[in-house]
Amino acid sequence: MRLELRGITKRFATLVANDHIDLVVEPGQIHCLLGENGAGKSTLMNCLYGLYTPDEGEILLDGEVVRFAGPGDAQAAGIGMVHQHFMLVPVFSVAENVMLGNEASKGVALDLDAARAKVREIAARFNFHVDPDAIIEDLPVGVQQRVEIIKALSRDAHVLVFDEPTAVLTPQETDELMEIMKQLRDEGAAIVFITHKLREVRAIADKITVIRRGAVVGEASPTSTDAELAAIMVGRAVELSVVKGEPQHTDTSLVVKDLTVTSATGQVLVDEVSFEVKGGEILAIAGVQGNGQTELTEALMGLETNVEGSIRLGGQELVGKSVRQVLDAGVGFIPEDRTHDGLVGTFTIAENLMLDRSDGPPFVKAGAIQIGFRDEFARQKVEEYDVRTQGIHQEVGRLSGGNAQKVIVAREMSRDLSLLLAAQPTRGVDVGSIEFIYKRIVEMRDSGCPVVVVSTELDEASQLGDRIMVMYKGGIVGVVPADTSRDVLGLMMAGIAPEDIAATQAEIAAEAAASDDAVSDAVDDAAPPGDTPSSDTATTGTDETGAAR
Amino acid sequence: MTAAVLDQLQEVVEARVIERKKFKVPIVFASTTVLLTLLYGLSARDGDAQFMLGSSSDFVTIPKVVVPGMTTAWITIGIMVVLTALAFVLANAYKKSPWYATVLFCVAAMFGFLAWAGAGAPAVVNVVNLISGAVALAIPLVYGALGGVIGERAGVVNIAIEAQLLMAAFTAALVATVTGSAWAGLVAAMVAGFAVAAILGLFAIKYRVNQVIVGVVTNVLVTGLTTFLFQRLLVPNQLTMNNTEPLRFSSIRIPGLSSIPVIGPILFNQTIIAYLMYVAIAAVWFALYRTRWGLRTRAVGEHPQAADTMGIKVNGTRWRAVLIAGAIVGIGGAYFTLVSNGRFNWEMTAGLGYISLAAVIFGNWDPVRAAMAGLLFGFAMNLNNILGLLHTPVPSQFLLMLPYAVTLLAVAGLVGKSRAPAADGVPYVKE
Repeated sequence: MRLELRGITKRFATLVANDHIDLVVEPGQIHCLLGENGAGKSTLMNCLYGLYTPDEGEILLDGEVVRFAGPGDAQAAGIGMVHQHFMLVPVFSVAENVMLGNEASKGVALDLDAARAKVREIAARFNFHVDPDAIIEDLPVGVQQRVEIIKALSRDAHVLVFDEPTAVLTPQETDELMEIMKQLRDEGAAIVFITHKLREVRAIADKITVIRRGAVVGEASPTSTDAELAAIMVGRAVELSVVKGEPQHTDTSLVVKDLTVTSATGQVLVDEVSFEVKGGEILAIAGVQGNGQTELTEALMGLETNVEGSIRLGGQELVGKSVRQVLDAGVGFIPEDRTHDGLVGTFTIAENLMLDRSDGPPFVKAGAIQIGFRDEFARQKVEEYDVRTQGIHQEVGRLSGGNAQKVIVAREMSRDLSLLLAAQPTRGVDVGSIEFIYKRIVEMRDSGCPVVVVSTELDEASQLGDRIMVMYKGGIVGVVPADTSRDVLGLMMAGIAPEDIAATQAEIAAEAAASDDAVSDAVDDAAPPGDTPSSDTATTGTDETGAAR
Repeated sequence: MTAAVLDQLQEVVEARVIERKKFKVPIVFASTTVLLTLLYGLSARDGDAQFMLGSSSDFVTIPKVVVPGMTTAWITIGIMVVLTALAFVLANAYKKSPWYATVLFCVAAMFGFLAWAGAGAPAVVNVVNLISGAVALAIPLVYGALGGVIGERAGVVNIAIEAQLLMAAFTAALVATVTGSAWAGLVAAMVAGFAVAAILGLFAIKYRVNQVIVGVVTNVLVTGLTTFLFQRLLVPNQLTMNNTEPLRFSSIRIPGLSSIPVIGPILFNQTIIAYLMYVAIAAVWFALYRTRWGLRTRAVGEHPQAADTMGIKVNGTRWRAVLIAGAIVGIGGAYFTLVSNGRFNWEMTAGLGYISLAAVIFGNWDPVRAAMAGLLFGFAMNLNNILGLLHTPVPSQFLLMLPYAVTLLAVAGLVGKSRAPAADGVPYVKE
């Protein structure tokens, strides 16, 4: 089915999210929509999927104009979408999710068997392993995404939209997803692939359309280099790599020993983690989202309640301290969800910049906020950190992602820090601001402060980190040098300890020839038994890299 | 790397769980045992207690059982102490007490308490009457809870169950008296419940007002409205507008089934509204879990965005659920004026709507379990009635608190792992 968008325009109040966008997606083609966060890619796809009604323009399928009052119409017309945030009911089974909205019935009763059969049939087509009766919330995200794909295919979608599908996947899962997309393309589907990851675009796209600030700014060839693609996407040449020298170690160090964080229900979220970060180095914590990184950073900040073990910063014990005391010990924190944890959206920039300093002079004297001092401080910081704003009294909620993040960076770095914790520091941040934030983080490291960067983006971890620690299911899989290959890191993110990787890779190589059973057995042997990510592995990793240096 | 290999990997390492010792059950057991021990110790009663498991008119007559009151009470305390100790031992070993231990504990506590209360009393404790009365008293609670479950499963918190019960009771009395037909009254009660639900839906779904506030305000509004209409309309026209005495549904003995010992007279010698209740429990369960309507209703209560992207109209689905729930609660309201009373009286629902809400939570948003919770509360209410007959030294005002105390204990302490629908009480706004 040939999809054509003509002059699609969508406005939200004064903001033009899509400005006369034209797009043609041919069947049997993977069409990449490349653009930064907030460029208008998702808005465009929501118009296509009937979630938004475009203010102007029309959608054509096989040359005929169609109008969608809602997603139901779009599905009926053969458009399927794999959402960035999965549209799955977590307490329903796979089969129930797939049938929802399009239920087969026997009399008045649901025909679950038909739905199960459909799930099995589609799963078999792509060599998935999905149990139709599994409950969604029990499944790993990679499998949940396959359910999303099955859901779209069960409705005979001929146009498939993938909205930032790789954000939650390990590199290996990403590779698998790409295989699936290629198979779909070869079966004749028209595929729209929305992303801002240049590597993926080059790997899979047949055609690339770049969107910037709501408008199509050009097409690019899949053979373009990263730098070329980034330049079109951002509108100017960008420095993609992080420039930093050899780490100069200092004495202030963060030593975490046997740290365990459990949830209220007793689930172990961080499992006896031990590591050390020296002053003047950046430790990057890599891993797929949800493997304990969030809880680890929150435990370091004193935000978790069920914490055992020890966190020593320059000899001072932090476990058991209140958040205020942790801040006073000199810990700076860039939280992973800035709108939720980092900023008060309806406060001004000036107010947000003094949020953690309201307990005394110079910002507060005799219980009263020193407005003059606060505003002067804010003006300086806005200047110094290049926050693009109409003024210090603008609400933070109205800033772009990059500028809001700079406000947080400014606030945290303007204190005397003895540790910087940055969780997903560039998530939802434009490329221009990323450059700036990286530079500041490296400056902090060069000033002799230990820095911990948590990132789900492998590139970010490799570029920023002096060492990379990979977490999986709450434990440390290993700590490896920053120049470790992507493949190895990817396997570590799936829970395979670095010392077992050579064996596993050999098995995978042999897999092409061998039967499936043989491979499964081999993996059983190769993968460490029980709760692999133990502190032993982590300590060994630290020692090795330490010795290497 | 194939999917098969990755799947394997995912199975190899599972997240660890640190078990915690859970002492809730043993502590509840222990405190109940202590309370009853204090009661028996401080207020001993002489004489025998007489129990009956049926009436003399039953098909199979079970003879009266006479036990020495205090001795029996102390024996049950002994059983309870053993069970409490067992629960502590199990909890200390990270194990859960088996459900039958809880059942056994409750039966022992109840039997001992009744033996104490009935000791030396001239009246016989009729267990069948105790339970069949409980079923009857639970009727409005169960209907209310079923309505509550449907609404909350769709994502709309229904605090207005009280208002729906009261409005339905009022309408049933008026319509039944005027038309001279109890059936017309029943239908009118359903319409009344439906109408109150429409008010709730209008504000909660259409205008996205905070659902707790809408519910509470609706309750106050309907209480005021029915009281006003009662004073101005019904009181002056008692005989022509508010007299359902001759029309009340009477108990129907189901031939065969009602002859089963114990269970027969409890379940199958009830009014049509009770029989409808049995059907309603099964029907709501089936509808929620086995039909397209139910799947969609649960989907909009759990993840409305997901439902929306699958072409399901979220607010339409919620409207339907709330209105159907209103009609079901309406049947429960009819119980007040077509079964238990011969006339409407102001504020006659006496907060039962709120207890239904507790039953919804206690029943973990499941129709069958919510109905069982309703029955438990009904039992507490009927126990209060029976104890009144036995002339226990417990003050009657204190006994009146019993159902509410049970509700509070049940909701606060014994719910365990309960989980509300994820989008319960959250209005759906399209981005």
